[in-house]
Amino acid sequence: MIGKSTPLTRFWAEYRENKIAVLALVVVVLMILLALFAALISPQNPYDLANLSLIDARRPPGFVGSGGYTHVLGTDPQGRDLLSAIFYGLRISIQIGLAAGFVSLTIGTTLGILAAYLGGRIESLIMRLVDLQLSFPAILLALVIVALLGQGKTQLIGALVAAQYAYFARTAYGAAKAERGKDYIEAALAIPLSGRLVVMRHLLPNCTPPLIVVATVQIANSISLEATLSFLGLGLPVTEPSLGMLISNGFPYMMSGRYWISVYPGVALIILIVAINIVGDQVRDQFNPRLRR
Amino acid sequence: MTEPVLFVDNLKTHFFTRAGVVKAVDGVSFELAKGEIMGLVGESGSGKTVTGFSLLGLVDAPGRIVEGSVRLNGTELTTLSGAALRSRRGREISMIFQDPIATLNPMLTIGQQMKMAIDAHERLSDRAAKARSAEMLTQVGIPSAAARLRAYPHEFSGGMRQRVAIAIALLHRPSVIVADEPTTALDVSIQAQILYQMRDLAAETGTAMIWISHDLAVVSSLASKLAVMYAGRIVEQGPTATLLRDPRHPYTAGLIASLPATAKPGTPLTQIPGTTPSLLSLPPGCPFAPRCANSADACNEDPQMTVKDQRGWRCFNPVGRNAEVSA
Amino acid sequence: MLGFIIQRFIQAVLVMAVMSVIVFFGVYAIGNPIDIVIPPDATQEIRAEAIRRLGLDRPLYEQYYYFITNLLQGDLGRSFVYNMPVLELIGGRLPATLELVLISVISATFLGVSLGIYAGYRPDSWVSKTIMAVSVLGFSVPSFWVGLILILFFAVNLGWLPAGGRGETVEIWGVAWSFPTLNGLSHIVLPAINLALFKLAMMIRLARAGTREIMLTDTIKFARAAGLSESTILRRHLLKLISIPIITVFGLELGSTLAFAVVTETIFSWPGVGKLIIDSIGVLDRPVMVAYLILVAFLFVSINFVIDLLFALIDPRVRQGAVA
Repeated sequence: MIGKSTPLTRFWAEYRENKIAVLALVVVVLMILLALFAALISPQNPYDLANLSLIDARRPPGFVGSGGYTHVLGTDPQGRDLLSAIFYGLRISIQIGLAAGFVSLTIGTTLGILAAYLGGRIESLIMRLVDLQLSFPAILLALVIVALLGQGKTQLIGALVAAQYAYFARTAYGAAKAERGKDYIEAALAIPLSGRLVVMRHLLPNCTPPLIVVATVQIANSISLEATLSFLGLGLPVTEPSLGMLISNGFPYMMSGRYWISVYPGVALIILIVAINIVGDQVRDQFNPRLRR
Repeated sequence: MTEPVLFVDNLKTHFFTRAGVVKAVDGVSFELAKGEIMGLVGESGSGKTVTGFSLLGLVDAPGRIVEGSVRLNGTELTTLSGAALRSRRGREISMIFQDPIATLNPMLTIGQQMKMAIDAHERLSDRAAKARSAEMLTQVGIPSAAARLRAYPHEFSGGMRQRVAIAIALLHRPSVIVADEPTTALDVSIQAQILYQMRDLAAETGTAMIWISHDLAVVSSLASKLAVMYAGRIVEQGPTATLLRDPRHPYTAGLIASLPATAKPGTPLTQIPGTTPSLLSLPPGCPFAPRCANSADACNEDPQMTVKDQRGWRCFNPVGRNAEVSA
Repeated sequence: MLGFIIQRFIQAVLVMAVMSVIVFFGVYAIGNPIDIVIPPDATQEIRAEAIRRLGLDRPLYEQYYYFITNLLQGDLGRSFVYNMPVLELIGGRLPATLELVLISVISATFLGVSLGIYAGYRPDSWVSKTIMAVSVLGFSVPSFWVGLILILFFAVNLGWLPAGGRGETVEIWGVAWSFPTLNGLSHIVLPAINLALFKLAMMIRLARAGTREIMLTDTIKFARAAGLSESTILRRHLLKLISIPIITVFGLELGSTLAFAVVTETIFSWPGVGKLIIDSIGVLDRPVMVAYLILVAFLFVSINFVIDLLFALIDPRVRQGAVA
């Protein structure tokens, strides 16, 4: 094949060799599309209470409800079409995962690079805090914050960010610190290049590969953590159920054999998380020179 | 003439990587008599270390020996089963490495590590094993050896650690020991000590030695014969003195010319132009031709080993006195 | 060696002090402190009395002083809901959690390390690939979901195992334990699997990565060159070298499993501290929340301290002060 060999095309060529990773990537893209176009493809708007009827509640998959169409995956305790609820739930889960991921990325990277660049007291203050927090389980931190701040989208994202920014800070710090110690940075500062230029041109680009890996994993973790909190009843309000909330709503009915209310949203959640993790794994392996052959 | 302790014929070790087949060792032949010391010289990436590992059957995946023969004391090693090969490693042939800090296990005492090496081949009581270990340590020049058996590697200096590694390799008095740049990581003064100690030990025990090095100067003071490797093959071999005085292969000549001792004070050292070729994309014909001042049309063919008076070279246009054009 | 222990002990005390400050400001300063000690339905007089008694009209540093002195005397307040001292309440629930956590982490470690070493030793065999696939699943699937599926299959559909509770318990030294009775043991199986799965995945990954790296080192090559058998190399060299990262992670995981038990205990109605804290958050029983946080922080710090001591016992370089 004739074509330009940029780092990106080489990266893709290597990525393509792992068939499972390609499949996972396709799944992730598909899930995002489903979430984006939820309103177009869902048979029902699950947030529109006027649309819901309790007569249709907890019906098994294949049931033809009062709306006149088949509930392919059955209905939930409020009489929502489960398939529609899953599409909308995906949307909320992905939204929150991405939002929490990007805010954590920004805050964490800024702190990490600042610590590495400035050094001294600020460095040890920031990194001590980060390390202390890292030794503390994320779920517990999120739990406490949600408990203190109350429930809602902003609070939830805040809790997820508080629980996860430290991973980004550690990663950015590690990469930036290694680069900061090199002679050419000292030389650049001695010229003197402005500090901002050194950070933007040298430190930040060197942190990018590990940060991409951490970001992938942390977005998956955010989604999972959000689902867990929602399951424990500490997530979002019931009116806009995320996947975790849907699962939680169905849990009490599981014992009586109405498995679908919990199981189908769960399957969607797991496919999403596993696919993101597989993509993340592949990217990490490709960035890791020690595993190269 | 008696059968040599080690006989290597047309050994080929290839690595099957994602990017293609790397012919790290590609047709290496030599033999080693009892107690003989051979220097295996080449740039990094020339395949000398892989040659060493191939002799012991310790090539890691994705590499393997694809062709050739390694005969040790009359036994063919390349076709042996894993267990049979293992029983020969450490007993008939052993190896020491460049970095003594990395070779010893930091979590085990010297005594424990020596005991493990003994147990691999012999049933000895604890007391007898300790006595043997202490004796071996004394031989390689470690003072108050019996007490040092309880020490951990970090309590030794780099030179002392390398002596410990040598002692472990010599525990069973093997016929052949492969030394892969064992002094490169050490201070120059300690280098010389260990070098001559190894030579004396080899002479005492009758152990033959393959001394792998990129440093022609170090090897030539030690080895009675030399083999020069380039791009996975031996391009010239013969008695050390002859080779140094009168090299045939242009690459050998280049190596000798770049030695500081051969240059006039105040003049820049001679260099070999170009760099080692990638083993993935070797040019057809002689791999040295692109860097060679003597290259000619004939060099598009692969030169075979020309053997004459105990020495051999792989070149169509050899250099030096009395050089004859073969082809 | 003694210097090392003292140094680590001082560090532990410092971390604990920092944690108390964070918890204090987190709960007393950010949340409304009155809500922490007074039930929401209390009368105005009781509120005023409480403010005076707690010195909430005093500056923050004085409040912190009271908080700490009470804490050091083991007084963490009373639960509104259970109307008993928080410490007693938590103390009564702790054995159930510890039992679950220890069984999970220990079995996950033994199984995970063995599987991980195998997967790292033969990375290309199909068994290893299966092991890794399972670990990816265990790593990414949220643990509450695994719990649901376990209940659905083993409790609802098959009816083999109970879906919740502790079952029969036996008192040993005045504390109730489930594991000595067959019925108790059957109750512990599902939650233990649920809690262990994530740890198992983690241990597999860790052991595999460690094994792959160690097997490529000169230490292993040198051992092979000396003719050591593969089983000796694995038993004596690899296990010894891999123990350092494993023990570190074991310690960290013990702590985080205590936290994760929150989820498992909720799903399986396991009456431990995790279930207690979720219930307390639900009804805003804040003294219990504060006490739980302090307790978890204390457990964390203690575990880390013990791990440091273990290091000193295992690694000769640390023991002899070669590295700090």
